[in-house]
Amino acid sequence: MALDKTGIAKRAAQELQDGYYVNLGIGIPTLLANYIPEGMDVILQSENGLLGIGEFPEKGKADPDLINAGKQTVTAIQGASFFDSALSFAMIRGGHINLTVLGAFEVSENGDIASWKIPGKLVKGMGGAMDLVASAKNIIVTTTHTDRNGKSKLKKACTLPLTGVSCVKKIITDLAVVSVTDKGFKLLERAPGVSVEEIKHATEGNLIVEGNIPEMNL
Amino acid sequence: MNKVVKNATEAIIGLKDGMTLMIGGFGLSGIPENTLKELARIKVKNLTCISNNAGVDDFGLGVLLRDKQLKKMIASYVGENKEFERQFLSGELDVDLVPQGTLAERIRAGGAGIPAFYVPAGYGTEVAKGKEVREFNGKMHLLEYGLTADFAIVKAKYGDASGNLIFNNTANNFNNMMATAGKITIAEVEELVPVGELNPNHIHTPGIFVQRIFQGVNYEKRIEFETTR
Repeated sequence: MALDKTGIAKRAAQELQDGYYVNLGIGIPTLLANYIPEGMDVILQSENGLLGIGEFPEKGKADPDLINAGKQTVTAIQGASFFDSALSFAMIRGGHINLTVLGAFEVSENGDIASWKIPGKLVKGMGGAMDLVASAKNIIVTTTHTDRNGKSKLKKACTLPLTGVSCVKKIITDLAVVSVTDKGFKLLERAPGVSVEEIKHATEGNLIVEGNIPEMNL
Repeated sequence: MNKVVKNATEAIIGLKDGMTLMIGGFGLSGIPENTLKELARIKVKNLTCISNNAGVDDFGLGVLLRDKQLKKMIASYVGENKEFERQFLSGELDVDLVPQGTLAERIRAGGAGIPAFYVPAGYGTEVAKGKEVREFNGKMHLLEYGLTADFAIVKAKYGDASGNLIFNNTANNFNNMMATAGKITIAEVEELVPVGELNPNHIHTPGIFVQRIFQGVNYEKRIEFETTR
């Protein structure tokens, strides 16, 4: 069975390591914060100027001066810091962020990502996504494997305007975990009960399948 | 040297049609509410606005947008604003979308006297169109230019009569850099205190960058997405 958003977030959370500074994008990536393994120190950065994002505030305690990059009210953990946008992107551009997790409309088999614009239809802007994908050490995309019309989001080449080139390292979808290699997508894991054939069928780009592909351990 | 003005009306003296403005804030957090309302009231037109976002339909910069006071927006993210999307797609509004970190650095550079610099963000995308590309350490970079403005309009939690500013939590965002990049910088603050009351160790923006300062009134401080546990 294909995973739901929570399942994707749970699997993506397994990519976290102790001591990591992590930037989570809007949507599924934000859910990762709920599945940080017990005892692991992971500091979440919000590019609007917060290092150490905490839980959502209690009812009635939301502070208009304390939001995340998705403009949602949040809290700050003990040991957090606030700073301006230039310093925030010094953290990002300077390579101090260990991992970026973000969503995408499309990813190509060479690691290009399109996530910010659908010409003629939707213009929201790139926000910090272009800066993040150009500079983070490790970039993971979480997304559904196909779009609403069943078309593959894992493409030979992106058709939508790019956010960054040759930058995505790994893709975690509702069907599979796939790494980006010189020769295309490499299948690493299957969602529980999903066959290699189903994944192949849902992947437009070249999918390398070597040996026995294990199921995700959730 | 007197930097203290009475209110937004006095603060924007000399602000004219066709000027370039920087407006602080991220989303609706840390926006100069009083000055934005005054700009909407006097109906100054053909403005170029540099601001990370464009407000929402009925608040912040969104009001100026609705009343067609803006000729051009330089921003990184403009979602959550239908009127913006409409004016953009119809071509009424000239829009320059800039990656957020590049936007922040362009403002910082402008204020710091750095005319141009290279960044990797946007390489290989439509943002790179027409820009000089150069390789450093095996990685491709784009040449980006510093930004300045006729007026930079920022909002802080505390300020003093010398123009020193302290921001609150994530309401700092673009305000700190923008304060450095205005030919004239207006700071509106929630609390204007006498000189000597702010701890010099805690100042975010030193007063040298601020020409006019006033204590704002009736802050709404709207929340765009109130999320709770």
